[in-house]
Amino acid sequence: MEFFKTDKIYNFMGKAKLFMAISAILVLGSWALVAFKGLNFGIDFAGGTIVQVRYDKPVDIAAIRKALKKSEIFQDATVTKFGSDNEIVIRIKSSTKNLKKDIGDEARAVLKGTGNFEIRRVDMVGPKVGGELREKGLMATVIAILGILIYVSIRFEWRFALASVLALVHDVSIAMGAISLFNVPVNLDILAAILTILGYSLNDTIIVFDRIREGIVESVKLKDLNAVINESITKTLSRTTLTSLTTFFVVLTLYLFGGEIIKGFSFTLLVGIVVGTYSSIFIASPMLTILGFDLQKYRAKLAEKRKKQQEKERMRAMYEQGMV
Amino acid sequence: MRWTNWRFVLFVAVFIVGIALSVPSILGLKTGPKITLGLDLQGGLHMLLGVDTKKAIESKIKSIASSIKYFSEQNDILLEDLKIGDKKIEFTLLDKDDAPKIEEFIQKEPGIVIKKEGLHYTLTLTPKEIESIKAYAIKQAVDTIRNRLDQFGLAEPTVAKQGKDKILVELPGIKTPEQEQRVRKLIAKAAHLQLMAVDEARQARADTMTPEEAAEYGDVILKDRHGRKYLVKEIPILDGSMIKDARVAFDQNNQPVINFTLNSEGARIFGDFTAKNVGKRLAVVLDNVIYSAPVIRERIGGGSGQISGGFTVAEAHDVAIALRSGALLAPVYMEEKRSIGPSLGADSIRQSLIALVSGFVLVVLFMIFYYGIAGIIADIALVANLFLIIGVMALFGATLTLPGMAGIVLTVGMAVDANVIINERIRELLREGVSIKKAIEQGYKNAMSAILDANITTLIAAVVLYAYGTGPIKGFAITMSIGILASMITAIIGTHGIYEALLPKIERSKNLKTWFGIKV
Repeated sequence: MEFFKTDKIYNFMGKAKLFMAISAILVLGSWALVAFKGLNFGIDFAGGTIVQVRYDKPVDIAAIRKALKKSEIFQDATVTKFGSDNEIVIRIKSSTKNLKKDIGDEARAVLKGTGNFEIRRVDMVGPKVGGELREKGLMATVIAILGILIYVSIRFEWRFALASVLALVHDVSIAMGAISLFNVPVNLDILAAILTILGYSLNDTIIVFDRIREGIVESVKLKDLNAVINESITKTLSRTTLTSLTTFFVVLTLYLFGGEIIKGFSFTLLVGIVVGTYSSIFIASPMLTILGFDLQKYRAKLAEKRKKQQEKERMRAMYEQGMV
Repeated sequence: MRWTNWRFVLFVAVFIVGIALSVPSILGLKTGPKITLGLDLQGGLHMLLGVDTKKAIESKIKSIASSIKYFSEQNDILLEDLKIGDKKIEFTLLDKDDAPKIEEFIQKEPGIVIKKEGLHYTLTLTPKEIESIKAYAIKQAVDTIRNRLDQFGLAEPTVAKQGKDKILVELPGIKTPEQEQRVRKLIAKAAHLQLMAVDEARQARADTMTPEEAAEYGDVILKDRHGRKYLVKEIPILDGSMIKDARVAFDQNNQPVINFTLNSEGARIFGDFTAKNVGKRLAVVLDNVIYSAPVIRERIGGGSGQISGGFTVAEAHDVAIALRSGALLAPVYMEEKRSIGPSLGADSIRQSLIALVSGFVLVVLFMIFYYGIAGIIADIALVANLFLIIGVMALFGATLTLPGMAGIVLTVGMAVDANVIINERIRELLREGVSIKKAIEQGYKNAMSAILDANITTLIAAVVLYAYGTGPIKGFAITMSIGILASMITAIIGTHGIYEALLPKIERSKNLKTWFGIKV
């Protein structure tokens, strides 16, 4: 089976301006969302406590709220259903440092009389740890991007590196925007998802770039960078679509069947896969032209390099013959 | 057919090793390498503890003061106003002839700065000494907590220093809230035993005296378990650091008591003190609560004592463990706690397995649908890849967490990528009319740089994730890295080997629709 016609080159660069405009709106919109609406930092980063409780019957949230009001600790607790009608999550902003007096114990005592329940999870993160985790997370993202920048600069050219990193910023921005828009609590697993998007979207971009690099060398008859890019993207199109589809399907099953705890993680990945695929086709490559990538100069440089290489090999051959 | 090409042989070998290594984990066998399930999958208690190192410095100051007091009493040196303040000890010497003697004694203690004004001495600790006390307090807390948990009898507790001043405690065996409570108490127990002299002269005023007033006499007010107040000398006679052993025993009324034995130095100090203070009371203080205050009837040699005071058997047992494993030099507090019930862990496993299997089936069918037999070959590589991930993780005893499961699921989606790239290249070449043999050879060659670049960049992200992540994220990074590396072997080398083996057959059939899903 085949998705795309093989004898047709699609004109992606012709629509570059349109896609750039769409992306600019999406990215700026995401930044605005993050700046004004903000991110809903979960307890991993903000500190606080989560108590997950499962009842043997559908719960009466009002009764639970009333019961919680009795306790000083749970005065400002928020109670939400979690996954099913039987399960709830209680969130509070405070945490306790005392090893002997525990919020889980307190919850157990307060909820007595609201039905048969089992406390399935108590997560408590102190504010100091939250701050450290946030710092570490930011550090990890920055270092990952730097590492990628260096690797791509060495393997390709600095404009490729910059273009791929800009595409990454694009993808991560939009993913953050979606996280803010849908109020997904930002926890450690969301950070993992963001870093996965980084890896995934880059994967996609690199494969297109690899093809462009190949096109620059082999399609010598194409004098225009846009034509080379169009041809290269077209050739990788079925691969990009196919891999994105398989990954998308798999993450979708994770989202649908993976359970409530992993929902935020898989949601972020779903957004990331869609945006990452889009950006590697429509955003990363046009970036090359915007950044002033010069096809002729690059070809000349490559030719120069090849000549030097050949020269070296010739010298070596002569040298070796001379020795024999 | 040529099944003996090196790629195919290597692939089969890797496949077999992968299966062999993952069988114990999958079937849950008793022997063989197995993946450890993370706390989020099997349930348990995860705690990150902070250490209050200030307290360690305070108690160091206290114990220096105790030894100065003991030394001066032993050598008939008269000190006035021996007091401990904020990170310092103060006293005045009555006879200046004693100065060299006491200074010599103090200088034997490392890390003390002596400030002298006439005969008034102020002792402080050097910054270096303070740092080393802090570092030691953390190390000692790790050892002590580990000791206590080991004696508690739990399966595989993890106690490790994390970062500069934190302690990570992981207890997979915890199943009930009662167990968790008991463990938390055991860890938190300072187990700071002190034997203190009751200030008999002023004891009658204990109920009315303010703490400030008591401090003027060098005393503190402590309560016993029934709330009765006692006035005791602030500087203890000796403390728990001199305890050699502590055991649960039963007294004549069959009540549990704790018998403790002191080391030789402790025994000497204890013997001297009891000899001089017959008829007075001695308070046995544990974590600032007086457990008993018996009247000293005679000199107690041999260095053994008893703590009684209405324990339950379990309580006495835990106190004895705590005393035996030593006091916490610095109290610990909770920075982070995650407790996961076993039922939640089981649910998480079940749900991620459902996701894994359904995702897997989808990808397998889709590949066959799109590529025909080439898709089946890619699927074989995918299966090998899965076994290899599980096998390698088992081999290194890696921990599988919920995000790790997600990582495996994601790998299933991405692992076919290399084969998609290769198959697309082969199709391209076939369309150009290249011979099948050449199309396969050239297809692998052309695809290689893209696959390598893409995998290496993803690997960079995974390694950074591992280096900076904690717990569950590390797990995710591990499965992703192993997945990428495994797919290099299975998807690049393995499938190539299969094509080489099948090549004569493909060339004979010439049916590109069945083999590669295209018509040319």
